[in-house]
Amino acid sequence: MKNLLLAVLAVAMSCTLLHAQEAPMQTILQEQSALILDNSRRTVAPAIAAVSDSGLPQAQDVLQAWQAKNLWQRSADRLFFRGEKVEGKTYALYDFDSGEVVGEAPSSELKQIKPNSGIRALIGSALVRFQLQDPDPKRRLAALTSVQRNPSAEVLPSLRESLAEESDPEILAMKQRAERLLTMAYDADEDQRIAAMSEMSGDLGVDVRATLNPMLSTRRAVFEGPPPDTLNIPETLVPGETIGVTEAYDTLVAANLVPARVTADEVRNALAEHIVGGTVGGVPVHRLDDPDIRLQAYAALAQEGKVPPAPDTAQIAQALAAHSFVKVYLEPSARVTDAASEALDTIALTVGANQTFDLILDGLSLTSIYFLAAIGLAITFGVMGVINMAHGEFIMMGAYTGYVVQQIVPNHTASILLAIPLAFAVTFAAGVLMERLVIRWLYNRPLETLLATFGVSIALQQLAKNIFGTQARPLTSPSWLDGAWVINDVVAISYIRIAIFVLAVFFLCVYLFIMRRTRLGLETRAVTQNPSMAASMGINLNKVNMMTFGLGSGIAGVAGVAIGLFAKVTSELGSDYIVQSFMTVVVGGVGNIWGTLAGAAMIGFLQKGIEWFNPSNTLAAQTFMIVFIIMFIQFRPRGIIALKGRAAGD
Amino acid sequence: MQRAYQGRNRSTAIFLLLLAVFTLVVTLLSEGVGIGMVSTSFVKTLGKTLCLALVAISMDLVWGYAGILSLGHFAFFGLGGYMIGMWLMYERTREIVVTSLADAPIPPTAQEVSDAVANQIFGVVGTAEFPLIWTFADSLFAQLLLVVLVPGILAGVFGWLAFRSRVAGVYLSILTQAMTLALSLYLFQNDNGLRGNNGLSGLQNIPGLTEVPQALVSVWFFWGAAFALAAGYLLSVWVVSGKFGSVLRGIRDDEARVRFLGYPVEAYKLVLFAGTACLAGIAGALYYPQAGIINPAELAPIASIYLAVWVAIGGRGRLYGAVIGAGFVSLVSSWFTGGQAPDVPLGFYTIKWVDWWLVVLGLSFVLVTLFAPKGIGGLFDLLERRIAPDRHGADLGPDQGALREKEASE
Amino acid sequence: MNNYRSLLAGTLAFSALTAPAYAADCPIKVGVLHSLSGTMAISETTLKDTMLMLVEQQNAKGGLLGCDLEAVVVDPASDWPLFAEKARELLSVHEVDVIFGNWTSVSRKSVLPVVEELNGLLFYPVQYEGEESSKNVFYTGAAPNQQAIPATDYFLEELGVEKFALLGTDYVYPRTTNNILESYLKSKDIADSDIFVNYTPFGHSDWSKIVADVVALGADGKKVGVISTINGDANIGFYKELAAAGISADDIPVIAFSVGEEELSGLDTANLVGHLAAWNYFQSAESDANTGFIEAWKTKMGEERVTNDPMEAHYIGFNMWVNAATEAESTEVDAVRDKMYGQEFPNLTGGTAVMLPNHHLAKPVLIGEIQEDGQFDIVSQTAEVPGDAWTDFLPESALLTSDWKDLNCGMYNTETETCVQTLSNY
Repeated sequence: MKNLLLAVLAVAMSCTLLHAQEAPMQTILQEQSALILDNSRRTVAPAIAAVSDSGLPQAQDVLQAWQAKNLWQRSADRLFFRGEKVEGKTYALYDFDSGEVVGEAPSSELKQIKPNSGIRALIGSALVRFQLQDPDPKRRLAALTSVQRNPSAEVLPSLRESLAEESDPEILAMKQRAERLLTMAYDADEDQRIAAMSEMSGDLGVDVRATLNPMLSTRRAVFEGPPPDTLNIPETLVPGETIGVTEAYDTLVAANLVPARVTADEVRNALAEHIVGGTVGGVPVHRLDDPDIRLQAYAALAQEGKVPPAPDTAQIAQALAAHSFVKVYLEPSARVTDAASEALDTIALTVGANQTFDLILDGLSLTSIYFLAAIGLAITFGVMGVINMAHGEFIMMGAYTGYVVQQIVPNHTASILLAIPLAFAVTFAAGVLMERLVIRWLYNRPLETLLATFGVSIALQQLAKNIFGTQARPLTSPSWLDGAWVINDVVAISYIRIAIFVLAVFFLCVYLFIMRRTRLGLETRAVTQNPSMAASMGINLNKVNMMTFGLGSGIAGVAGVAIGLFAKVTSELGSDYIVQSFMTVVVGGVGNIWGTLAGAAMIGFLQKGIEWFNPSNTLAAQTFMIVFIIMFIQFRPRGIIALKGRAAGD
Repeated sequence: MQRAYQGRNRSTAIFLLLLAVFTLVVTLLSEGVGIGMVSTSFVKTLGKTLCLALVAISMDLVWGYAGILSLGHFAFFGLGGYMIGMWLMYERTREIVVTSLADAPIPPTAQEVSDAVANQIFGVVGTAEFPLIWTFADSLFAQLLLVVLVPGILAGVFGWLAFRSRVAGVYLSILTQAMTLALSLYLFQNDNGLRGNNGLSGLQNIPGLTEVPQALVSVWFFWGAAFALAAGYLLSVWVVSGKFGSVLRGIRDDEARVRFLGYPVEAYKLVLFAGTACLAGIAGALYYPQAGIINPAELAPIASIYLAVWVAIGGRGRLYGAVIGAGFVSLVSSWFTGGQAPDVPLGFYTIKWVDWWLVVLGLSFVLVTLFAPKGIGGLFDLLERRIAPDRHGADLGPDQGALREKEASE
Repeated sequence: MNNYRSLLAGTLAFSALTAPAYAADCPIKVGVLHSLSGTMAISETTLKDTMLMLVEQQNAKGGLLGCDLEAVVVDPASDWPLFAEKARELLSVHEVDVIFGNWTSVSRKSVLPVVEELNGLLFYPVQYEGEESSKNVFYTGAAPNQQAIPATDYFLEELGVEKFALLGTDYVYPRTTNNILESYLKSKDIADSDIFVNYTPFGHSDWSKIVADVVALGADGKKVGVISTINGDANIGFYKELAAAGISADDIPVIAFSVGEEELSGLDTANLVGHLAAWNYFQSAESDANTGFIEAWKTKMGEERVTNDPMEAHYIGFNMWVNAATEAESTEVDAVRDKMYGQEFPNLTGGTAVMLPNHHLAKPVLIGEIQEDGQFDIVSQTAEVPGDAWTDFLPESALLTSDWKDLNCGMYNTETETCVQTLSNY
């Protein structure tokens, strides 16, 4: 009862407040309440304008609260407040006019105003003039972001004004850049605009192009006879050459200059409507299954005046000849458009060069991923000649090891540093186990190895499904690997890919070191070349095979952690890479690590290259890449770098 | 050798007899013509199993007899399915379109019919035009020819390139696997003209026979599959028992030696590779009208590996082994994965076969490879007491390659 | 892999050999045709559990027509041909009265000929590409005009997007949806050059190039938005790359049609806040029915489980079927179908779903922004939108309409006023 009384009292008080002059902002909000509640970008603009143009000091607070989804309406009296979470679902309500807490309320008695991203952008634009000179650098930054997202002529003066006051050098640089861009687009003085353009030409920023391109937007226009000189015309369109005949004619139709064409469907429908006693225009209905006869019938009908005549080819040609088709710049000044297109041409050249560079980076990144996935195989298959179809599952085991470690060690940096050696250890052990139990019985039966390891592969894959489920598991990279190394707006590469590249180089060095500088490497090479001879020299074949296989598997495990970091961890992770990995080794040339590297580079760059030609279909790129590889192997069966002489064996 | 030859002939007779009995029994029990104890869906299942047995035979020919471990034969199987599927789909849709356009006031032009058919078939993937590869889809004869020709030519070209450059052994396996992957990726593309991931569907409705109940159609196809299997089996027996077969086994055991003896090894391999691809295509063309739908997932590389698994478990180098492998492994697999097998409670954990069957299959596969390279078919050897001492001069079987008895005992 | 599984049905039939199925009135059998193994198991198992929960709840309420309901669960193992086989088995061996099932379009196309041949009844709960209407299927998921079109409108009107990147996995739902959207966008005066389309394979992981391409679209000064029909696992790589490239939802918003609560649970959403999804249902919707539904689900399956849109579709579909059968006093397919038209049932998000004569529902469309906790903040909710089997935005299908109640035709050409076909196109 007491609560109710208090509520009634509160309502009464706020009503009186509302009518009083001390609550001007609440009054404005109430006036605009319908639009605010409608919560649509199309309609909300007047409400935002009302607040921002009110000239009240609290306008900025209101807009900021609104933008941050902190604007609440109390259901009881429909007043607006800034809400701040106190605890649980209770919110403290701040009055905008007084700036003081007027009460607390549970969220069930309140309605949150949730502006969508479009409205938030509008509010952001409205806030620009308040925030450009705000003492808080974060708000100045926010204002600049708004300007970049929604540039407009209005902010130019206030932006220029704020330049002098700016103390933060970084923000100052951004402001100057924004000022240049706005000058290009909106300055009243043509010379100023052209000067800004030549100043910014050669800049790679997307924002520069985004400013220049709209200046060159065109519309298509049709004129009877030649076009007037007053227009800024970049190109005249010739029907049949730079514009299709049908398209040109349809443009004329759209401009109501000529009668419309009659489509096949329209012919059919018109004929159907005019069937009289089994004939149309003198043609029996059953003969109308031929398009030419239909046209004859239609022409007959047209002569009788029953249907509008269809323009024939000659008429169309005549109409096209009588009109001129042009593209017209929306920007009236030819000087501006010339300068803009010149600036864009300069930029396009640099962009092209940088895009190529970016493509090379992408290719390099893909190469390192394939290389990392295949390097273990280069050891087991390349050196030992063992076909290990379970190689992909070793990669998967590594990735899941990373996932499990991350569940136990929550710190992402520590967990990755721990996961890499652990993944190596786990897959090393698995590899040794498999070599002991399965592979060593099959050294002289390579095809059987393929099948037996395939059996292991499906068993491991299903085991992973049983343990971890079919859903992809998150393997989150440490925060210092988040983000990308942005060289400019065209060239960027994510840190995680750089890390994979580094890892690939590291393992290349490890491989070279082990094979060339250690006893194991020496023995492995000896065993590869001639097992019986090696054995007679006192090399323990079993041990060498076991260690080599373990090494190859261990590296696969580490590759798994890396791949899991940039993609996903699922039980099918390995099978996604197995065919590519084998192709990498085979294409490169078996038994040579440089060959594997060359193979990975070839596959990686090939795929990126094909993708570049046909950007809308990644699947096609993969298909053609494989077909190309198959063809390549036919003509160079021993791979890019083929072993020669005795080492080649067979 | 003489005894082995007789043995093979005896096994052929027994196999054909069993197949005939099986076909008759199933027919008599079926819903379509018999007493209805076997449901239509099970008749379809059995019919499909016979087709799988046929493709397993073709796999056994290339692998068990010539030592080429092809990981692409299921792709040829799928291609056969696609070829017949095109006609089935085109013709059924055309019937529908013609019926519906017949009511129109103006008779349709040929172009309108074709457009309407194309729109019905390809509307799903967003186009309404017939791609070039559907040129012959209106002719059953042409498509039946393509069932054989397309896999045959693909295998021929691929094999010619590969054998010519002496790609052999595991390299060839990897290459065939890459081919299968490329093919399935190509078919997955929606703009390739074969409806991408959706594939061709509604294939169980045979054009012109829409009034015939599926119960009957399923029996027809079951018979078709049984005849094809019998014919394929006989053909294969004939191929492997002659001189051709001897050369093939020679190639398997020591390719270089056969080459030095003057045989055109590449030509032998090519003929066999392309021929078995045709056989696989025919099996596919009989399989997919029973399955009702074909799509690229059917051609995935893993399917071809499973085909090798069937043959290995059934017993390589003997034709009935392939049949046993395909029938046994696929039926047992489906029994386990279908949730029919009872769970095994261990107290702390309950083994659900749906989850664990693949683990068991994988491991048993390793075991078969290691300890019983002759597969299930090896059991028949035991029955006939044809065990080790009786083997002088005979080959050791596909797993041992050229190693003769003496070398093998080392 | 798929083929040996496809023999699965036979073994069931074996059991039928020994104990032939006999039709009995009680219990009433409800078929559940969702993959419990294979690639789709991850999504479909949830729906199987939903169905079991709904059947349980109905039995607790006293069953249907005086009988208990019995769920018959089969596993088509994500193998499309096996869906047809299992459907045949459900209808002819188990003699179920209704089937709830399928997720992918291709599996539905596989089942269609069977349910039409045997006159079964299928409730399909997933958003799909439309362009289909079968007499034997009720589509309780969204048609394109109930998800894709409103989402595009939201992009155009609320976010002011002028340039569109349509990214999808290469299969039929994204293909058809993007086709429809392309022609819809053109009707809204978006130029051809302002629509970028890309298709990637299932499980694609190398997204750097595509994300870079999308960023580069902004070069002509138009606001870029991404409409994603990327399916399943591939989303993880996509969103990771998006986050790595530092693309904020305010710069380039992404709206997804296949990413729901379930998919987000495998992702760290901190970097994705503000990106969008369009569905007919979000777990965060506030209504008493929804609270009850979520509570029942969590009690049955565990506290960490989430609810999603296809679950709501099954919830509505199942309850409508129960009500229709009650009205018809029979579970016979034709009788139930007649009573289905105009059947109403309250949505979990508020408002009422109505079953239309074209076998689609009228449902509200919701748009949500991703939040840090993996849930969606609903920023837009429309009134009920009637589902449209044949889209109005493709010239060929604009002429077609579906009306099983009065015209008794699912593919009726309004121009020639003839029924193109009564069976559906597979």
